[in-house]
Amino acid sequence: MKLAYWMYAGPAHIGTLRVASSFKNVHAIMHAPLGDDYFNVMRSMLERERDYTPVTASVVDRHVLARGSQEKVVNNIVRKDQEEHPDLIVLTPTCTSSILQEDLENFVERAQLDARGDVMLADVNHYRVNELQAADRTLQQIVQFYTEKARKKGTLPTTKTEKPSVNIIGISTLGFHNQHDATELRRLMTDLGIEINTVIPEGASVHELKNLSRAWFNLVPYRELGMLTANHLKDEFGMPFVDITPMGVVETAHCIRAIQTILNQQGVEVDYNSFIDEQTRFISQAAWFSRSIDCQNLTGKKAIVFGDNTHAAAMTKILAREMGIHVVLAGTYCEYDADWFQAQVSEYCDEVLISSDHGVIGDAIARIEPAAIFGTQMERHVGKRLNIPCGVIAAPIHIQNFPVGYRPYLGYEGANQVVDLVYNSFTLGMEDHLLEIFGGHDTKEVITKGISADSDLNWTKDGLAELNRIPGFVRGKVKRNTEKFARERGFGEISAEVLYAAKEAVGA
Amino acid sequence: MTLADTKPQSPSQPQPNAQSLSFDCETGNYHTFCPISCVSWLYQKIEDSFFLVIGTKTCGYFLQNAMGVMIFAEPRYAMAELEEGDISAQLNDYEELKRLCLQIKRDRNPSVIVWIGTCTTEIIKTDLEGIAPRLESEIGVPIVVARANGLDYAFTQGEDTVLAAMAHRCPKTVDSVEEKEERNAIQKLLSFGNKNNKEEATPTESEYVDHHPLVLFGSLPDPVVTQLTLELKKQGIKVSGWLPTKRYTELPVLEEGYYVAGVNPFLSRTATTLMRRRKCKLVGAPFPIGPDGTRAWIEKLCSVFGIEPQGLAEREAAIWESVEEYLQLIRGKSVFFMGDNLLEVTMARFLIRCGMTVPEIGIPYMDKRYQGAELKFLEQTCHEMGVPLPRIVEKPDNYNQIQRIYELEPDLVITGMAHANPMEARGINTKWSVEFTFAQIHGFTNTRDILELVTRPLRRNNNLKELGWDKLVRETAKV
Ligand code: SF4
Ligand code: SF4
Repeated sequence: MKLAYWMYAGPAHIGTLRVASSFKNVHAIMHAPLGDDYFNVMRSMLERERDYTPVTASVVDRHVLARGSQEKVVNNIVRKDQEEHPDLIVLTPTCTSSILQEDLENFVERAQLDARGDVMLADVNHYRVNELQAADRTLQQIVQFYTEKARKKGTLPTTKTEKPSVNIIGISTLGFHNQHDATELRRLMTDLGIEINTVIPEGASVHELKNLSRAWFNLVPYRELGMLTANHLKDEFGMPFVDITPMGVVETAHCIRAIQTILNQQGVEVDYNSFIDEQTRFISQAAWFSRSIDCQNLTGKKAIVFGDNTHAAAMTKILAREMGIHVVLAGTYCEYDADWFQAQVSEYCDEVLISSDHGVIGDAIARIEPAAIFGTQMERHVGKRLNIPCGVIAAPIHIQNFPVGYRPYLGYEGANQVVDLVYNSFTLGMEDHLLEIFGGHDTKEVITKGISADSDLNWTKDGLAELNRIPGFVRGKVKRNTEKFARERGFGEISAEVLYAAKEAVGA
Repeated sequence: MTLADTKPQSPSQPQPNAQSLSFDCETGNYHTFCPISCVSWLYQKIEDSFFLVIGTKTCGYFLQNAMGVMIFAEPRYAMAELEEGDISAQLNDYEELKRLCLQIKRDRNPSVIVWIGTCTTEIIKTDLEGIAPRLESEIGVPIVVARANGLDYAFTQGEDTVLAAMAHRCPKTVDSVEEKEERNAIQKLLSFGNKNNKEEATPTESEYVDHHPLVLFGSLPDPVVTQLTLELKKQGIKVSGWLPTKRYTELPVLEEGYYVAGVNPFLSRTATTLMRRRKCKLVGAPFPIGPDGTRAWIEKLCSVFGIEPQGLAEREAAIWESVEEYLQLIRGKSVFFMGDNLLEVTMARFLIRCGMTVPEIGIPYMDKRYQGAELKFLEQTCHEMGVPLPRIVEKPDNYNQIQRIYELEPDLVITGMAHANPMEARGINTKWSVEFTFAQIHGFTNTRDILELVTRPLRRNNNLKELGWDKLVRETAKV
């Protein structure tokens, strides 16, 4: 048993349902107790989905437990098949119902006898994997199912598309800014003269899956969703893939160069260097921003980055390489893929943190006191308490991650957006120098090492009077630094003298 | 003119045909929240508590995401997340729970730890009730066990399981004068700085009629507790205590023969526990929601204590009059309840009295005995208003309901969160049922608030009507 207060990634069935319901005309039957069907709420409320979420809970209650669930599950699959004629019905348990250890594979076979569409059981170990791993696995399973089906029927295409083309793999419902990223990637590919063969799973029909091999290569923008599928397609059809996340100007260039290499290998003479140069230096604002006088003031500022592998790694690189910001700590909650993260970020930060315990990252923030955080909603929350600004760069998703306006994180427009996010996250301005005297930027509240400890120090009358004379916008910071100083030097009380001693010490 | 005189205005209204309510059970696939969601309001209500939900990641993610319960600096709820070792019974439940509870005691020092059992603890048959008393005496913190799982219950019934469990912990007698004084002292200490408020709520004994002690049950926001307490005081009825209280240490005394009354329709287990185990006398009444329900509830309590109610008819009439502008918006309109929070029958009764019609009341679970007075009141209301009786559908099937909604074209659908946006996109006015779970809707005073919620979609869509953007999906997308 484990005391848990917060989860960065959801349970496995959420990942499976995200993939299933991203496809067009695919329905998921969730074999689970009544209260487990909140995926429908998340999708309907967060994505503001106009259509009914194609997920039905086949409710497990006391009665079903006693009688066995086969009949009910099979009936629900067959019924949904008749009601809505989905191409595919995916059956999934939740971690709760998987404890029942029923032979769901057998239920699926039974249902398949009566269903016109395809029926499949999501093959995921609900206790061992999380949302991200399950999503990755389910996508691969569906792709594999339809390639095999086409192979048996002899309908697998044998040729590539005429012009260079790509499958974009891993865009899904309830993904962090996925919809906007997809639009941006489509534009980028078009600019490169590459046709889109398919985008999966979002908005794709399972009938398109047999044609995946017609593309010249696969692009996997997110580390968390799509790698298994890309590897599978590589094994099956020898399709090359690019798994460099095009986030930030530098990595977008890397990604494009990798695409160029792949196309060159397939005999297409493309040279994207002038495109990259044009975009980088003149079209995108991000590179110019890094050079502009505004950004000078960011130099050496301390930041903490935390998120999923994709976004935390990319953000760390952007801050360190493109903006000269000092990334003190970079962390991920993708514990299952920690080695990759280590390898990606080690050279760009002082410390690497691999943890899915929000308390650990919260304490690190309190200890390091960075000028800004780039994290998840949880870190934003911690930042609020400590008065440290936080830009949100990764899931768990929140209603704020579904802005109505265009906000990609990938590609050149994504790079612009990230610059804005960074810039707005730091307090900047003419007063910067003034603030610097006190060791940083404006914060209003006193904090100490832990995120919940109370101040144990007394301020004398003259100390307080002096503190009150300090302009409001830096008072909090001065108070905090003074208390820190007093604690380190073992002062029990803070008088005016201590305050000035602190100012000198910190200012020096 | 009181509302009872008003008849629905729609001419196409079908005439009442059935004379009594019909009940169906569809046993369908329907959406509602998991009962463990009660943690989100109960931990706020009982300020010295800690809620430990013993379940899986699925439970934890639900609380975090669907309920949007964010953990703050001093979290007072947590998951005891079961791992593979727990499921396969390789680990000792007692030792595991002890480790977690000791940590909670050390970090948070709560007056009570409430264990919320889940589907998983049901399936693997964790003996929570067996473990709790032993652990409680070992670590010295009271442990209350509530099995608020989704196998047996829906949404608000979670609160019912917690209150039923807590009913066992209410002191049996007021042992000695000293203890009583001490309890009062704590009360005073707590209300310090809140003086005016408290003086009103604790009037001198002489203002009350001499009656058997009365304890009310149901978790309501503090202002509503005060409002209802005062409302009864006006009739000379003294409320001896509420279950739950703001602090676990101040649970009300429950002696044999005390009267108890519920304020919500989903508390049938608590009612049964109070009657069977604590030998209290249950006052069965419609629930104090809407001016009609509040009046009926108070009248019933008065009649139990042999009190002639004072000024209630006038009070009700005045409230109706004050909300006339809202009533004009809904009179003659129809509302369909898909079923979610078990407040459906009560809400339907109130809205029918407001002049609406209700073709269908979906409800996850219907306790005809505990809701008996409310059901009768619903029938009576329909007859008085001259509208057909609604069809009551237990455990509805949402898919079938949606087909019925397309046919019936109700003016408003009160529904869970999963279906609201898709219906709005198809030009159907909706209101989330959960809003009624969390809003202050009880008593005379809050009538306006319920109507504010009910009419909001109608008012909003009236504002947008000119634009002609009714259907925001292509026809083919229709289910
Ligand atoms: S229905 Fe059961 S498994 Fe699901 S969240 Fe509720 S208690 Fe947990
Ligand atoms: S808070 Fe004050 S110091 Fe900071 S940017 Fe604004 S005006 Fe300048």
